[in-house]
Amino acid sequence: MIKFLLKGLIRDKSRSRLPFLVVTIGVALTVLVHAYIVGFMGDIIEINARFSTGHMKVMTRAYEQEMNQVPNDLALTETDSLLSLLSKQFPSAEWSPRIRFGGLIDVPDENGETRSQGPAMGLGIDLINPGSAEAKRLNLEKSAVRGKLPSEYGEILLSENFSLKLGVNPGDKVTLISSTMDGSMAFYNFIVSGTVAFGLESLDRGMIIADISDIRTALNMEDAAGEITGFFKNGFYDNDEAIAEADRFNATFSDNSDDFSPLMVSLSSQGSLGTYVNMVELWTLMISSIFIFAMSLVLWNAGILGGLRRYGEVGIRLAIGEEKGHVYRTMIYESLMIGFAGSVAGTLFGLFFAYLIQKYGINISGMMQGSAIMLPTDIRAKIQPVDFYIGFIPGLFSTVIGTMLAGIGIYKRQTAKLFKELEA
Amino acid sequence: MFVFNHYNKNMENSHVIKVEKLVKRFPIGKGEFTALNGIDLQFSRGEFAGLVGPSGSGKTTLLNIVGSLDTPTEGEAFVLDHAVSRLSAKESAWLRRKELGFIFQSYNLLAVHTVFENVEFPLLLLDYTAAERKKMVMDALEWVGITDKAKSKPPQLSGGECQRVAIARAMVKKPSLVLADEPTANLDAANSHNILKTMENLNRDLKTTFLFATHDDKVISYLKRKIYLIDGKVDKDEKIINQ
Ligand SMILES: Nc1ncnc2c1ncn2[C@@H]1O[C@H](COP(=O)(O)OP(=O)(O)OP(=O)(O)O)[C@@H](O)[C@H]1O
Ligand SMILES: [Mg+2]
Repeated sequence: MIKFLLKGLIRDKSRSRLPFLVVTIGVALTVLVHAYIVGFMGDIIEINARFSTGHMKVMTRAYEQEMNQVPNDLALTETDSLLSLLSKQFPSAEWSPRIRFGGLIDVPDENGETRSQGPAMGLGIDLINPGSAEAKRLNLEKSAVRGKLPSEYGEILLSENFSLKLGVNPGDKVTLISSTMDGSMAFYNFIVSGTVAFGLESLDRGMIIADISDIRTALNMEDAAGEITGFFKNGFYDNDEAIAEADRFNATFSDNSDDFSPLMVSLSSQGSLGTYVNMVELWTLMISSIFIFAMSLVLWNAGILGGLRRYGEVGIRLAIGEEKGHVYRTMIYESLMIGFAGSVAGTLFGLFFAYLIQKYGINISGMMQGSAIMLPTDIRAKIQPVDFYIGFIPGLFSTVIGTMLAGIGIYKRQTAKLFKELEA
Repeated sequence: MFVFNHYNKNMENSHVIKVEKLVKRFPIGKGEFTALNGIDLQFSRGEFAGLVGPSGSGKTTLLNIVGSLDTPTEGEAFVLDHAVSRLSAKESAWLRRKELGFIFQSYNLLAVHTVFENVEFPLLLLDYTAAERKKMVMDALEWVGITDKAKSKPPQLSGGECQRVAIARAMVKKPSLVLADEPTANLDAANSHNILKTMENLNRDLKTTFLFATHDDKVISYLKRKIYLIDGKVDKDEKIINQ
């Protein structure tokens, strides 16, 4: 009987090929879209983490309150001891101090007069120390456009756009005008070592990056830092763990009556990123459900059409004495086979295209002009283990559900009408 | 298998078909239409009989009930001593699978399957081994003289050949009763006679009971018993004794 059904299935192209194609396409789309969303959302999270939030971040309670204004007067002090404490007691992550600051970059001419000037968003990081992962984390090497990364104190990196706007080249002298931790004017001279382009609209506008010790000197922030960022050593953000680590830290080291006591916050509790983290999960679920639902409808229709085509066959099988339940079950088995084959093929196709997008990316910078949040200009898919089986949900379920719905017609069929119907 | 608790054990001189005071009404709009109006008939093993009558006289309706595809409104039809009105859907499927063969006007072969597979299909629903099936199918194809087309598919066959395959499919399990509704309606005269001779031979050799529904004179000329139906009633019941 199974052999008989298989033969019918394989030989009858519209019984096998059409539904197979529909399932394959649907499954491939599901896998692709899923990998794409995870990749896109993951990229958003990771980019924001690297440039801004960390996987976790330690600040003073007061700094955390006004984080957007980078209030360096509220910065952490005695950061060396805090850092060694973090490395010892929170070893799942790597901890680095950062100072964020605003200011002006002033470009002098030969006479020391201002040639050009522009507002800058500054980041002081552990850059020159060869043991630091910060340069790699910010992808500085690969983002370099002209010149080189700072290798000595007193050197600074400018974003390529910013340097073009100011008309400066590597080797030129610039002056940072900012304010110190205690509120007086700060002037500090740098040599431009090179330029970088991150492909991130919000960073490329006016980013400057220098070693944190220069910034500490410039802003009078010895042994202080606005924030200490932590990144999980395995490279992936884990929301549950980040929250757990933050809770563990705050329980011991944070005092909510002291504005200057340190506070650890997870990526998801900073700004709108928490919403993103939840959205990734929700979107994944929604997309899968929508695909399952839409494909069920398509396959239901395909099933009804197929059922109509097979009206005669079902009729003759019932007349010959096959039980309705048996006919129905064989239809389900057939759909299981189609669903399985289509899911396998669709998963392979989906993974293949997802891999291409993962590798080469899709450039969307044109759509991202002037965007305030940090969005990647290249969308990359991210294939995850779940992508190897997520397509089977719509592929198998929808096929079977579609067939089950369509197959109800078999039970409605009145044997009394068979003779008349088979005469036609 | 099934326990037929309504098996008519008390029937003396058991018949392949026994129809008693059979009435079939169909609901039409608000009223009813009486398609069969008190039919009493009995068929013994090995008969080659036909329901004859004008269109709308109730031939197919009666065949349907005898084939356990439909149930009577009143009265009863016993098929191999099973009361049709009391069979469950499963039981009537079992009866058809085991004891009945059907031949239709429009062959109704499965187009994607070979002749062999079409004929084998009824055996797949019964418990035969592959070897048994093969032998039975080849025998059946030989009865209808179409062994050379075993590997062909129905679309490659002529109408006459298709109907031979359909006969082989109905006969392969050696059923007690074969029901044929207008089996020659789509065939030319030569093919019709061929088919009818084939069935006549099978009836003689295997003692299978044949019941036709027809208004084709060619078929009627082969019948050994002609039951004339008019307006759902038996008008005449002619048996040809001397052949
Ligand atoms: N399901 C049904 N519902 C309503 N009326 C029906 C139904 N089936 C049959 N009839 C009616 O019962 C009558 C007998 O029908 P039946 O099909 O048995 O005729 P028949 O003798 O086989 O005719 P034909 O030679 O044209 O095939 C017809 O008038 C038909 O319209
Ligand atoms: Mg009829």
